[in-house]
Amino acid sequence: MAAVAFAIIALIVVGSALGLVLKRNPIHGALFLVVNLGGIAALYLMLGAEFLAAAQVIVYAGAIMVLFVFAIMVLIPGKEETGPDPRRRYRLAAVPIGAALLVELTLIVARRGAAPPGPAVAGGVETIGRLLFTNYLFPFELTSLLLLAAMVGVMLLAKRT
Amino acid sequence: MVSESYYLALSAVLFVIGVTGVVVRRNPLVIFMSIELALNAANLALVAFGHRHGSADGQALVFFVMAVAAAEVAVGLAIIVVIFRTRHRLSVDDLSLMRW
Repeated sequence: MAAVAFAIIALIVVGSALGLVLKRNPIHGALFLVVNLGGIAALYLMLGAEFLAAAQVIVYAGAIMVLFVFAIMVLIPGKEETGPDPRRRYRLAAVPIGAALLVELTLIVARRGAAPPGPAVAGGVETIGRLLFTNYLFPFELTSLLLLAAMVGVMLLAKRT
Repeated sequence: MVSESYYLALSAVLFVIGVTGVVVRRNPLVIFMSIELALNAANLALVAFGHRHGSADGQALVFFVMAVAAAEVAVGLAIIVVIFRTRHRLSVDDLSLMRW
């Protein structure tokens, strides 16, 4: 049962990722990416990470993708990639190099083999929250600083000079 | 129960698709979305490893990756908007000012 669900979700996720890369229209790409992020949230649920699944849907599929669609609408691209590509030969070299990278990664994953399954881990809010405010307190506070810096930087960039 | 190796293989496939997208596409917005794809592949690998070792630390790391990705997208899109405002075109091939 779980294997069937995993196969279906994996197909959806890989298909939407390919759609993002292959479709010319960036709006279609953004919608494919939403499907992809939703599928990954489902995979998080299957791995027992409930908090991350919720955060994924809210932060990624919600906030970040709204930002992307907003930027696409503002900039009205879509006809930017229609002309002939002067660097087509170099770009197509990405496909064999990507295949080589895939082979490399698969070899690494396959060589590790299957480890004995560890104890089941709770992925609820309590576990993550406890971890964030004890072991990862300093990085957590640094994250707030990073977000503040990003906010100030965006305001500075967006200001009409 | 699906073995973690399948999750890792799926994560590798997604990462490669993301990297290829960064190289192949010309629109900086699509390049950004491909970077998000690669980040998500890394997140999936982190959660899968955490699941394998029975620890929640992987999930805490994914939380930080999400926060950094949000900051990165905000700043990156602002930079793209500024580039579009000054050049009125949106193709990474035009941005060769800092290349020797």
